[in-house]
Amino acid sequence: MTRNTPQSHQPLKVLQNISITAATVFCFTFILIMASGAPPFKAFFYIFKGSLGSWVKLSHVIQAWVPLTLCACGLLYTFRIGLWNIGIEGQMIMGAVFSTAVLRLGTQSAFPWFVLILSFVAGVIGGGLWAVIAGFLKTRSGVNEIFAGLGLNFVAQGIILWLIFGPWKRPGVASMSGTEVFPTELWLGTIKSLRLAPVGVGFAVLAIITSAILLRYSSIGLRLRAIGSNSHASYLFGMKPNQYMLLAMLLAGGFAGLAGNLQVTGVYHRLLPAISSNYGYLALLVVMLADYKVWAVPAIAFFFACLNVGSIQLPMVLQVDSSLSGVIQGALVLATLALSGWRRFQTAN
Amino acid sequence: MHIELKDIHKHYGPVRANNGVNLKVEAGTIFGILGENGAGKSTLMKILAGYIRKTSGQILLDGHVVDYTSPAIAARLGIGMLYQDPLDFPALSVLENFIIGQRRGLTQSNQSFCQKLQSLADELHFALRPDQVIRSLTIGERQQLEIIRLLALGINILVLDEPTTGISSLQKEVLFKALRQLATAGKIVILVSHKLEDVEQLCDNVTVLRRGKVTGNMQAPFDAQKLLKMMFGQIPSTPQCGRITPGKTALVMQGVSASGGRAGLEKCSIQFHQREVIGLAGLEGSGQGVFMRVAAGLKQPVQGKIHMYERDVTDQDYHVFKDYGGMYVPASRMEEGLIPSLTIAEHFALQVSGEFWVNWSKAMQKAEDSIVQFSIKGQKQTLVASLSGGNQQRLLLSFLPSNPKLLLLENPTRGLDVESGHWVWRHLQKYCRTDACIVFSSSELDEIMMVADRVLVFYNGRIIKDVPTCETSVEELGRAIAGKI
Repeated sequence: MTRNTPQSHQPLKVLQNISITAATVFCFTFILIMASGAPPFKAFFYIFKGSLGSWVKLSHVIQAWVPLTLCACGLLYTFRIGLWNIGIEGQMIMGAVFSTAVLRLGTQSAFPWFVLILSFVAGVIGGGLWAVIAGFLKTRSGVNEIFAGLGLNFVAQGIILWLIFGPWKRPGVASMSGTEVFPTELWLGTIKSLRLAPVGVGFAVLAIITSAILLRYSSIGLRLRAIGSNSHASYLFGMKPNQYMLLAMLLAGGFAGLAGNLQVTGVYHRLLPAISSNYGYLALLVVMLADYKVWAVPAIAFFFACLNVGSIQLPMVLQVDSSLSGVIQGALVLATLALSGWRRFQTAN
Repeated sequence: MHIELKDIHKHYGPVRANNGVNLKVEAGTIFGILGENGAGKSTLMKILAGYIRKTSGQILLDGHVVDYTSPAIAARLGIGMLYQDPLDFPALSVLENFIIGQRRGLTQSNQSFCQKLQSLADELHFALRPDQVIRSLTIGERQQLEIIRLLALGINILVLDEPTTGISSLQKEVLFKALRQLATAGKIVILVSHKLEDVEQLCDNVTVLRRGKVTGNMQAPFDAQKLLKMMFGQIPSTPQCGRITPGKTALVMQGVSASGGRAGLEKCSIQFHQREVIGLAGLEGSGQGVFMRVAAGLKQPVQGKIHMYERDVTDQDYHVFKDYGGMYVPASRMEEGLIPSLTIAEHFALQVSGEFWVNWSKAMQKAEDSIVQFSIKGQKQTLVASLSGGNQQRLLLSFLPSNPKLLLLENPTRGLDVESGHWVWRHLQKYCRTDACIVFSSSELDEIMMVADRVLVFYNGRIIKDVPTCETSVEELGRAIAGKI
């Protein structure tokens, strides 16, 4: 068997897989919405309308697409080397925290754009640092990266709450609505009517392009894949698996940290307890559904963003909880995994 | 009671692990199954124990054909096996391990199991404490527990696979005494071994396997010479001395000890030279694997010094070894040698690429050249996982540097057909002419006699023999492998 054979009839297979998965998930959610007493077609329609119904809605979708894509791009590196970077959520949070620290110092600055650039760097460092901690625990002490990541997520959550209710609290009263809003000079420039920051979109597009190039044409991409497939053999080939694991973590954390920064500078203009909006966890699903392929990531991230944004108004119009989007996303990934497992079982027999 | 195996076949693809084996064992006897590595002993016994399924053939218990599909059903028929590595639960206690797998009535208390355990242990003179955790036991004690557990299940036919490897001589005495006691009580004991001394001490009857077939039977008292001949086949002619003129010292070890494997490595001192081909013989896990890993820097010794071409490489890692012109080729090609999800071309890309960009044109060229030069049946875009064993080995050899200084090859021809095996050696011998030193391990003494200039025999983690191949014989080596110098 060569690599070409499966690819030659792949488009058909892919199409078939997608339709089976979509049909399964559609039926599943259809029944679920019915069970909750709402009209299913109407619910789907409102999700559609709520996400793509107007330019403003679309801009909300893109606002969600940016961090989702950034995190997903980062996760491509860790998945390549066989690491489950669950800690991406905490890495995003720490990116936001580091960024906020820089922005707070720069509120009086005469060069706000310089402070913003510094905050990007700080975000990348914050996320990268948090990821590398998990990486060190993995490579030095053999702590599974899933446990390390989960633990660090809780720590990051603790830190952000402590900052918001402690040292960085609003003058007067601390609240869940976050720190004080930054002066507008420290906001990323937005397209006026849409409240969408083009810089963020630019970062996301750049992340896709760099990741595609790095993973496909660079030695790093090939080595990550080699180590992920067989780290013993890779070591015999002269690679240092531990160093590459740290590198992959650093890249993933860096991208997540940048996503955290954009949540602060481009969307909320302050630090919130829920600054990460669970985009890190959601990005894990995006990458799995994209079958770890970089070209599929932007499309799936966009679809997931549509679901997230579109379901926001479900409670108002249909009295259906907005968590429906999460159910659809989860069901999609499970159905895909089940299908690919079934296909593998078929070929094995 | 008696058990009979009739025309047992077990095929793994083209490999015939058992190829028409017949044997018959009567109650009250201790029956030995003898053979070198890969002769098919363990396969045959695992078939008997229901652990693996036979391709064809019959098993007759007291003259009736029995067919079973799992060890649990075999146990109900009274057949139980003690595996080479005890299959127990390290985190549980002796008593918990004993209870697992036993039928348990609602009213039966742990106390009653404890009594049963104690009485069986006392009967066989095993010293086991019910509350001890398995992790803290020696292999010998774990065996004892396993034997008692099997007996409590009502086992009448007890199979033991290489039970004397890794246990102390005192434990061996206790074990043998217990086994004799069981045979006297009318049970069947089948002992699988490659060690002549065990068989001589214990068995009433012995069947010798070689390459999946029975090569002979013998009753006690045994003629060791004849048994060795049955085990190792026709003895090839001894090579002539003075084939080579050794060059500079390639590898020196002084009193090197290391842990790992079953036996570890103990106080090993050697000196290898350029242009020498050195064969490492010994039962699997006798130390030759650890030896290679220590020499390659994949494992650090706990004591001793290692020099490679007069440079101290003690405690250096494999990458240093590689920089000095060394190369290690592992036996498990798919697990350690190659990267399953990468293509042939990608394997070359890993080696020819610069720090940042993959040099695809160079990698493609190299892959194309190597496929032709090493006659690999596959294309540049073929995933290595889908190559046959022989082609995987050819691919691995194509990765060797053009003028290596020291090659360490673990079972370089394992699983290859004769033709591929010859090809591998024709290729490797070229490196000797360019001043390399080749060290390889092999379970085939014929192979060692044919290609090596010098042979080291490992036994229980020690080198117990180090001779030029022209001054020894397969029989002598066979004895050394079995622990008799």
